[in-house]
Amino acid sequence: MEDLAGIVWLTLKLAGVTTAILLVIATPLAWWLARSRAWYREVVGAVVSLPIVLPPTVLGFYLLLALGPHSVLMAPLQALGIRTLAFTFTGLVIGSVVYSLPFAVQPLRNAFQAVGDRPLEAAATLRASPLDAFWSVAVPLARSGFVVAAVLAFAHTIGEFGVVLMIGGGIPGETEVLSISIYKSVEALEWGRAHALAAGLMAFGFAVVLGLLVLERRAGRPRP
Amino acid sequence: MIAARFTGRLGAFSLDVELSAGAGVTVLFGPSGSGKTTLLRCLAGLTRLEGRLTVEGETWQDGRTFLAPHRRQVGYVFQDAALFEHLSVKANLLYGRRRAGLGADGAFDAAVALLGLEPLLARGPGKLSGGERQRVAIGRALLSEPRLLLMDEPLSSLDAARRAEVVPYLDAIRRQAKTPIFYVTHDLTEAARLGDRILLLRDGRLVDQVTADAAEQGASERLAARLAEVGAEELVAELALGGTPTEVARLAVEALQRRQSDA
Repeated sequence: MEDLAGIVWLTLKLAGVTTAILLVIATPLAWWLARSRAWYREVVGAVVSLPIVLPPTVLGFYLLLALGPHSVLMAPLQALGIRTLAFTFTGLVIGSVVYSLPFAVQPLRNAFQAVGDRPLEAAATLRASPLDAFWSVAVPLARSGFVVAAVLAFAHTIGEFGVVLMIGGGIPGETEVLSISIYKSVEALEWGRAHALAAGLMAFGFAVVLGLLVLERRAGRPRP
Repeated sequence: MIAARFTGRLGAFSLDVELSAGAGVTVLFGPSGSGKTTLLRCLAGLTRLEGRLTVEGETWQDGRTFLAPHRRQVGYVFQDAALFEHLSVKANLLYGRRRAGLGADGAFDAAVALLGLEPLLARGPGKLSGGERQRVAIGRALLSEPRLLLMDEPLSSLDAARRAEVVPYLDAIRRQAKTPIFYVTHDLTEAARLGDRILLLRDGRLVDQVTADAAEQGASERLAARLAEVGAEELVAELALGGTPTEVARLAVEALQRRQSDA
């Protein structure tokens, strides 16, 4: 079990980086989905939600093609000497971001919708520019949505299997995360190791759900 | 001096209003659906219709020129107070004031005293009564040092007792503030008590206006009797059903006259 710490660290690193990137991407996306009146809004919404209904292997397959050496998307990067992102940590992050996107966007979209027009109109009449009002009114009022989005994105990334296997290949020390390690342990009949990892993830999942429920109850206290 | 003209449609509703107003309280009075709130939102820039708007020689809207609400230096009191629930009362009061480049100075203390807000400063909006919330909303708008104060039925969500609690503060503001105030209401007594002039709206049109000076024209005894008979609410309903606007205007004149003789 000497490599266990490495696997846990890699998994946490992947989930952490993915969550950070997701919050940056999902916030403007959710804001737009919550406030736009464009006719194609629900089309964008459906595309964002696709990872929920697609089997992770389908997503992983397309991502593998998109990030592979023969992809047109990779052409600009190949000029920089990067031939492929498949089977790399970067590829893993990209895959996780796509896969967990709906889990970050949905709670944020709901939270922004719940804020409504009125506080933003009040802020505008009090000289706050739209950007100012976004940071000083919308974000604080939607903060429980941010917490839920971050927790769900983090937990969902830790729990994913199909996408990371397809795009990462489970290379020890490079792309082998916890969920894949459990699969490999079972295949190698290392039951003790599989037990330890599975129980650890169980405890983690329970803590996340419990934490979410507690946070939801405590949301919404004014600050001085 | 404020000069405004707005025309346009919002769904089935159309607005076509031209008005000018100076210092003091201009009451926008009329039944629901007459366009009072829409007119107020146009003045604030929250709704955009065709038209023009100049405030003390400065153009806020004309043709392609359209100043965004946050560049207009208006104070707006919403019907539902619209306090920032994540901020304390004090932070709510300072939200606009800080953005106007001011802080918790002497004028801040004076406004807090005027509205009786000291005991509430540290509280969150969730811990306030309806009347207290509305006083905070009024203070928040006043403290941003607006050039135009817009109030959209600030008392309509309150019961009679809470209303009586807030009205004296509005009276005090009317007497002390030099800012022109537009005050939307469908309550004739409120209009008569607070207004220096009353603009009557119906179906998105300005049907008449009443100023304190016009009170000299005298009021019709028949309509005074009608007011005593059916009350203000009923007369407003009659206006909505097509009663002649000048009748209601004369009633408003009479109410203004009574207010003057009380003072």
